[in-house]
Amino acid sequence: MAQYDVIIIGAGHNGLVTAAYLAQAGRRVLVLEKRDTVGGAAVSEEIFPGFKISSVADGCGYLSAKVRRELKLDARVETVPSDVVAFCPQPDGTQLTIWRDTQRTAEEIARFSKADAEEYPKFVELMSRIADVVGGLMEMTPPDLPEISLRDLLNGAALLGPVRRLGRKRIPDLLRILPMPSADLLNEFFEADAVRGAIGASSVLNITWGPQENGTAYTLLSSWAQSGTGLFRSAGVVKGGMGALTGALADAARGFGAEIRTGASVSEVIVADERATGVRLSSGEEHTAAAVVSNADPRTTFYELLEPHYFDTLFVRQVENIKYRGSAARIHLALSALPEFTALAGGDATAQLSGPIQIAPSLDYVQKAFDCTKYGEYSRYPYLDLLIPTLSDPSLAPAGQHILSITAKYAPYELDAGDWSAHKQSFADVVIDTLAEYAPNIRDVITDRHVLTPPDLESLYGLPEGNPNHGEMTLEQFFHMRPIPSCARYRTPIAGMYICGAGAHPGGGVTGIPGHNAAREILKDSK
Amino acid sequence: MLKPTPFHSRTGPLCQGHSWANWAGFLAATTYEPDHLHEYNAVRTGSGLFDVSPLFKYDIRGRDALATVNRVAVRDLSKSRIGQVYYSVWCDDKGMVIDDGTISQLGEDHFRITAAIPTLAWLQDNAIGLEVTIEDVSEQFAGVALQGPTSRDMLQSLTDVDLSSLRFFRCTDGKVAGAPALISRTGYTGDLGYEIFVGPDDAESLWDAMMEAGGKFQMLPAGLATLDLVRIEGGLLGIDADFTSALQTMFPVQKLSVYDLGLGWMIKANKSFFVGRDALRREKASGSRYDTVGLELDVTVLEKVYAEYGMPLHLPYTSWNSAVPVFSDEPQKHHIGRGTSGMWSPVLKKYIVMARVKPEYAKLGNLIWIEDVVESHSYSIPARVVKMPFYDPPWKKA
Ligand SMILES: Cc1cc2nc3c(=O)[nH]c(=O)nc-3n(C[C@H](O)[C@H](O)[C@H](O)COP(=O)(O)OP(=O)(O)OC[C@H]3O[C@@H](n4cnc5c(N)ncnc54)[C@H](O)[C@@H]3O)c2cc1C
Repeated sequence: MAQYDVIIIGAGHNGLVTAAYLAQAGRRVLVLEKRDTVGGAAVSEEIFPGFKISSVADGCGYLSAKVRRELKLDARVETVPSDVVAFCPQPDGTQLTIWRDTQRTAEEIARFSKADAEEYPKFVELMSRIADVVGGLMEMTPPDLPEISLRDLLNGAALLGPVRRLGRKRIPDLLRILPMPSADLLNEFFEADAVRGAIGASSVLNITWGPQENGTAYTLLSSWAQSGTGLFRSAGVVKGGMGALTGALADAARGFGAEIRTGASVSEVIVADERATGVRLSSGEEHTAAAVVSNADPRTTFYELLEPHYFDTLFVRQVENIKYRGSAARIHLALSALPEFTALAGGDATAQLSGPIQIAPSLDYVQKAFDCTKYGEYSRYPYLDLLIPTLSDPSLAPAGQHILSITAKYAPYELDAGDWSAHKQSFADVVIDTLAEYAPNIRDVITDRHVLTPPDLESLYGLPEGNPNHGEMTLEQFFHMRPIPSCARYRTPIAGMYICGAGAHPGGGVTGIPGHNAAREILKDSK
Repeated sequence: MLKPTPFHSRTGPLCQGHSWANWAGFLAATTYEPDHLHEYNAVRTGSGLFDVSPLFKYDIRGRDALATVNRVAVRDLSKSRIGQVYYSVWCDDKGMVIDDGTISQLGEDHFRITAAIPTLAWLQDNAIGLEVTIEDVSEQFAGVALQGPTSRDMLQSLTDVDLSSLRFFRCTDGKVAGAPALISRTGYTGDLGYEIFVGPDDAESLWDAMMEAGGKFQMLPAGLATLDLVRIEGGLLGIDADFTSALQTMFPVQKLSVYDLGLGWMIKANKSFFVGRDALRREKASGSRYDTVGLELDVTVLEKVYAEYGMPLHLPYTSWNSAVPVFSDEPQKHHIGRGTSGMWSPVLKKYIVMARVKPEYAKLGNLIWIEDVVESHSYSIPARVVKMPFYDPPWKKA
């Protein structure tokens, strides 16, 4: 008899969610994590002495309410929601703040355009309804197309509610909008650049496209569907940083009986008679299990943990063709004081600054920032997504000091000019110069900085090409096509071998849904 | 424009009827003399010298070379050793045959695949994630096939390699007529024979040496008309004759599995993964559409048919390669398959046909009917299922 029912490779948040569900269902579970901490891309690390920094992901709002409830996470971890969904300073010294509250936002928008202010509630209503339908797909196990089964159709029944709420007249809207560029969609509704930029930036925050590319309306909707704010993006942080969340997940899993080991790198999945029967660690140690689950991305799973020559030609070619293409750099700054944004001069800035801050004054700005990636260059005027978590949780930094974490786009994985190591500080300088145009005191308050380029995200956090989501979350890599059509149901061609990470449907972000869905399918198979 | 092979300066003047065919974009002689019969007789009683340069050749090198060829090939190469050659087909994910060819192990981590159709992309697709380099070396080598009962003695007169110790389906490096060569005891004739590959610059001197030595060994240069006759006698499949590559048709009905082509013997039950394995397993369990068999026609019946028109018996003295209907009954009510290649075999004195029929009709000795059209009238000619190869001389493997 095997030592474990299930071995999970990787203690990213999804691996931990799968582990918790399986242990909760009475399975003997072992989780093996190669890094010294659990959490994967959702970790808190002491990058600067005395500062606890969410090194990769820092917003927790996408976590599924169902996962939170079923794993009783609220008892273990505290989240701090923010009223501000996006604070958007403008180059002319004005600012637009998007609040959770639609009316309050409309009043802000009115300063830019009366017409836009009137459109905004209608836009939110339409998008929410459509996002409802997209959201309905998230917790489903995708069907096996074209061999769709009765069971798949029954699962699809879950969509009937959202589709009915959407209303028959709006089904054409849904079909029209999904493949559109977000820029075209927003241009139909709004005339002010500031409004378009504030909303549209989220359509490309997690992918390597500009808002003028087809399919970005879908990415906006997918963010909308999972944001938890009822709007286009999430807002809110975890007390103690993202590591506190994954720490809580690990505690929950352990509480249900799972065993979790860090510093344990799996070198291969052992396959005997075409079944996954266990794993071998790089130390040489072996463990057996009835099933093996990979939280690593698909390419690592199928090329490194398994051997490509286990699989059909088409399968391997499809894995090879999965688009990764990371293009965000992560820059952490230790600050001796808060940045002073020109647009907030003279008032109390803490309300606006405690949520996400976006430097994306127009869609053209974001598109231009993207364009250069096509030629292997980083943006000269980057689109920035900022967070000052210390405003919600002062315990993250020494008293009176702050953390400013920046996701800076675009920084293509492959630079035409050569190795990133020679360019990463100059890119960080460009980022800080850009920021200084909106918050002129920024250079004076920086006491330390830490830069992670896409290759750094790859080597330090195991995110291939620095892609945040184990593969782009674009329309052609969604649902039954994620990560590729023949293993979109968490199972792989190797019996007893599963995937549970962001590479699986519905994809990345700290949602826990891939892990949740995978656990459901594994339990189905082992009944 | 078709390209000349490296032997063209020599084969050109020999090709009396200018009867060139297109072989993979190269000029290939159909016959050298106006009629093929002397060439055919040379192969079966002396030797034939074929220019086989147009074959596609790919080198696979690197740590995962074996894993790559073993993934592609249907046969199990895991026990291959340096100097060994395998004949294998390869197929797609659904077990449908793409091509056949030889796979030779030339070094520890070095294999060479010969193929009838361009195969680089297929090999590259199957090498994703593996540590190998794949190189198209098709034009880096000129090749001849020296085939027939005198081929060993003749080749021995041109090389120091001890040919008596080079077994069937083995290959070795060695000098031939002074040029560095790969000598492979393989061929497409069902006879004793060798394939010799040299650099293109040595092609002409090799040809000259062969022609000079050939006189004593009843050797003649031979063309594609002869090659097709002797390969049918040898029971060897021809692409575009007996099957269509699964990569070159989009119609499922035209794709054929390893079992359909009668090559199930290539599949070893316990071989590790290879492309098509799972589909072939399912097919083995559920049954195949076809089997491939040899047929021997009753020419006395055919003779009577011709007699109805006051004509003497006429036989296919060159091979045919077309789909000819095959029935389980004389009135042609039950269609069971097709003949794919056929010929009158001068050495066997028999009308032989390669055919693809429903498996239940494939038993040796089974009587079935094949259509023949005489003076534009359709007739059913009785035929028996016989063993392939039709012609299998003891010296082939000796
Ligand atoms: C710059 C950036 C910012 C982001 N910001 C946000 C955000 O604000 N909000 C949000 O929701 N999402 C954000 N994301 C996305 C989010 O972080 C990821 O999509 C998510 O964390 C992926 O989780 P996962 O569990 O599927 O995979 P991972 O977190 O990548 O976990 C995989 C784990 O497997 C381990 N592993 C891999 N191979 C082996 C092996 N051989 N042996 C043992 N262990 C192994 C890895 O070490 C890792 O711990 C961001 C991503 C990036 C890059």
